[in-house]
Amino acid sequence: MTDAAIIWFTVRMAALATTLLIPPALALAWLLARGTWRGKSVIETIVALPLVMPPVATGLILLKLVPHSVVFTWRAVVIAMMVMSSPFIVRAARLAFENVNPHYEQIARTLGAHEPRVFFTITLPLALRGIAGGVVLGFARALGEFGATILVAGNIPGRTTTLAVAIYDRVQLGHDSAAWHLVAAGVIVAFAAIWLSEKSTRRRT
Amino acid sequence: MTLVIDKLVVPLAHFDLEVTATMSARVTAIFGPSGAGKTSLLDAIAGLRALKSGRIAFDDVVLSDLPARARRIGYVPQETALFPHLSVARNIRYGGRHNEQHVVEVLEIGHLLDRGVTALSGGEQKRVALARALLAAPRLLLLDEPLAGLDHPLRDRVMALLQRVRDDVNVPMLYVTHDEEELAMIADEVVRLEHGHMAA
Repeated sequence: MTDAAIIWFTVRMAALATTLLIPPALALAWLLARGTWRGKSVIETIVALPLVMPPVATGLILLKLVPHSVVFTWRAVVIAMMVMSSPFIVRAARLAFENVNPHYEQIARTLGAHEPRVFFTITLPLALRGIAGGVVLGFARALGEFGATILVAGNIPGRTTTLAVAIYDRVQLGHDSAAWHLVAAGVIVAFAAIWLSEKSTRRRT
Repeated sequence: MTLVIDKLVVPLAHFDLEVTATMSARVTAIFGPSGAGKTSLLDAIAGLRALKSGRIAFDDVVLSDLPARARRIGYVPQETALFPHLSVARNIRYGGRHNEQHVVEVLEIGHLLDRGVTALSGGEQKRVALARALLAAPRLLLLDEPLAGLDHPLRDRVMALLQRVRDDVNVPMLYVTHDEEELAMIADEVVRLEHGHMAA
């Protein structure tokens, strides 16, 4: 498998994982920021777990939770990336929502706006910069995901081998120079993603 | 057009706001010192603050039974709360475009429509917030210290515009102030509040 194919596969999987994660992460972040409900602190703790648990432990849990037909497929790669990225997106979005002055939302309601309109025209645009920062971090985390991925998706060239797994594999085989090629490519991809995101959020605000 | 506030009790941080009043003038001033509960009364009328008990009705409509979005109350808060990510035009049209041309003309904001709101002066922000409330076709307009934070020449200009709105746009107003001079210039009747209670 060529370096380009490994990088392209990893970028596609990370982009898919991040895209699929955004709607539920924003919904959860909004509920955590604006709601007061029973079990909120339990959910907050569960959301933060992948940050503090060893990624291989998370991978082992996922191995028990995902269906057998999904294990060792590209879908397992996406699931592992989503789980490991989720704390970054949820926590950043929650903070961004909390920083939106509720008075704007209240005034929008007095102007006749129902809740979905208030969310999409006031809350979300005002929180967008903070959310974008979390999405970039989540994407970068997905790009570099290793521990959970190797347990739940394995290392099947052309099917589940991601950038981090391929680097580890090459080092294990003593192909240090080939591993460094992938490291360099990974740095360029991560740099480009963060730089583009910074540029776009700066233009928007 | 009559606003009836019947045995209203609103819990505040240090005391309960308790008001019973009937208001039917074009402009009713809610007058009292800082901390008397004036803004909280406006919040309760707009549906932004929960009531402990009581009832608020405007003519035949029981406002206190409706959510804020269904009350049709125009609210201009003291800090204006203009949506910072929207242009002046998109701010004022957020709740509708009722009588837009006339309101824009009366408030003299036609030249500001394409601008962002963060670059507006204090007086311009007050006028835009007023236009935003009026374009939503409110049955009642709430103005919370509309001249606060403006220097003297600007206060006179905004007051003149408010008097024009009072005379040209047919919407009753509740006008919160702690300034006797403002009372004399715009109010037809006065409700005095002290420590959450109506004063004689």
